[in-house]
Amino acid sequence: MEKDRIAIRVDDLTVAYNYKPVLWDIDLVIPEGVMMAIVGPNGAGKSTLIKAILDIVKPIAGSVQVFGKPYKNQRKLVAYVPQKGSVDWDFPTTAIDVVLMGTYGSLGWIKRPGLAEKKAALEALEKVDMLSFKDRQISQLSGGQQQRVFLARALVQNASIYIMDEPFQGVDATTEIAIVNILKELRKAGKTLVVVHHDLQTVPEYFDWVTFLNVKKIATGPINDIFNDDNLTKTYGINYKVAIQK
Amino acid sequence: MSLFNIFIELFTDTTLRTITIGTMVLGAASGMLGSFAVLRKESLLGDAISHAALPGIILAFMFTGSKESYILLIGALIVGLIGTLWIRGIIHTTQLKTDAALGLILSIFFGFGMLLLTYVQKLPDANQAGLDKYLFGQAATLVSQDVYILGGVTMFALLVLFLFWKEFKIMLFDADYAKTLGFNVKFIDILITFFIVLTIVLGLQTVGVVLMSALLLAPAAAARQWTNSLSKMVALAAFIGALAGLIGTGISASEENLSTGPVIVIVASALVLFSFIFSPIRGILFQQIRLHQNRNNLEQMKTLQLMFNIAIKHKDFTHPHSIGILNNFRGFPKSSLNKMVENEWIQISGNQWNLTETGFKEAKEMFHSNTENHE
Repeated sequence: MEKDRIAIRVDDLTVAYNYKPVLWDIDLVIPEGVMMAIVGPNGAGKSTLIKAILDIVKPIAGSVQVFGKPYKNQRKLVAYVPQKGSVDWDFPTTAIDVVLMGTYGSLGWIKRPGLAEKKAALEALEKVDMLSFKDRQISQLSGGQQQRVFLARALVQNASIYIMDEPFQGVDATTEIAIVNILKELRKAGKTLVVVHHDLQTVPEYFDWVTFLNVKKIATGPINDIFNDDNLTKTYGINYKVAIQK
Repeated sequence: MSLFNIFIELFTDTTLRTITIGTMVLGAASGMLGSFAVLRKESLLGDAISHAALPGIILAFMFTGSKESYILLIGALIVGLIGTLWIRGIIHTTQLKTDAALGLILSIFFGFGMLLLTYVQKLPDANQAGLDKYLFGQAATLVSQDVYILGGVTMFALLVLFLFWKEFKIMLFDADYAKTLGFNVKFIDILITFFIVLTIVLGLQTVGVVLMSALLLAPAAAARQWTNSLSKMVALAAFIGALAGLIGTGISASEENLSTGPVIVIVASALVLFSFIFSPIRGILFQQIRLHQNRNNLEQMKTLQLMFNIAIKHKDFTHPHSIGILNNFRGFPKSSLNKMVENEWIQISGNQWNLTETGFKEAKEMFHSNTENHE
């Protein structure tokens, strides 16, 4: 019915670590059902932006709305895939256990995951092609496999919005393709995807929307309209196509 | 007296039994909660808290004039918690790193505690004697009331652990993610820190401020070597802690003038050393053995590949060749040939070897495409 619903709306968001602004006055509207890449140079605040949206980082100013309500009331609609390197993979647990953590949110306090949750976790592992590794100690998984486990953990949440921090970092080509295909499937199912992404070459191929970020928001919109040299130059400070020596 | 008799006596003699049960319960509680400190990479927090608790003990004595252990330990608990909050505050508000904040609070509080201790000791009141026992602990001062408190707190910690198991687990592994699921990470954090501080404080009487952190960390470090499951690790750490308490008390009871606390810590450390060497999963010994085995396996596979490449030149791959021909390519140990016979990859008769069906298959499937590229 409602065609152009807004999945995430960020207003006047400013974040600073020790005096230095990391994000400056960001306004951002992410329509429902898009697959958006957030690109920008190192230190542009890409991770901080999604952490501020998810209320992990406290902003100095600004607000975040998810489907028209404050994020805090809408947590169940949003699933987060953190950077692979943000946790200690030597933690004593197995792949299935990590995926089960995705069910903790809907379980709430104290209640333990039961058969239904186990089944959902196994299905998610199946989707990322990791079922045969379910009982593997997580330190014995390769980087790509760890990323798949993280993705499965988010899939289990069955959310409407998926926010991912560099899901392609340090994974091999096979895993990258597998992850992209899962993301495209999610999009087909009407989910909204927001992905911090580093590889400019693949942006037009993988995504349909893009946000250019460098402390301030440079531009946001459909790839076809705004993924051009002008915005790339504004974001990265150099015209990267010209700057690469041929 | 034989060692066996001593261990019998640990449970029959009423005074000794109190001490033994006390040290065992303490060991179990420290092992259990120490696992969380280790997994949070906050191993040194225990050291800072136990040292920070010293002024609390002396201040509690100065204010109340009592030397009842529970009164002194309440003082230690309060000051220990203040120290912990202070450490957290420093980390959050300044640019100092965690280790600097821990070192700072440890030395400031411990220095202040020593200052108070020497001051109290100079007072013309004979009652203060014995406060310095809290430096290295004295298990002999444990009375049944202390053991009840220890047992009660341990049971309570166990209950909380059981109730909030899933929350503790997710907070330890990925706190940011736990937050996005709507869990109050701060509450879980405070809960677990409170129990760690409480355990440390309860250990001060037995093990003392200087060595308490060892009892917190050693069982957890040892347990981590044996298992890859969090629940097993916590249970095992509790068991190892209790074992260290039991053995330590036994050893110290067998000799005059062997202070119980340090002996328990040494036993716990010995268990860590043992685990680091002999654990089948992560132990150094088995890692070396596995490395050696892998090398041998690779050696055999290389030889098999070589034979395969010779064998496929014939129509019949089981056609025998002389062993000498192998030497033209590369040296090979006799033992590895024998192993290959055992595996039924090859047969040897006299100076001739020939590939078997199994060996042929094994070699062919070893690298899939690789075999076809060879001449």
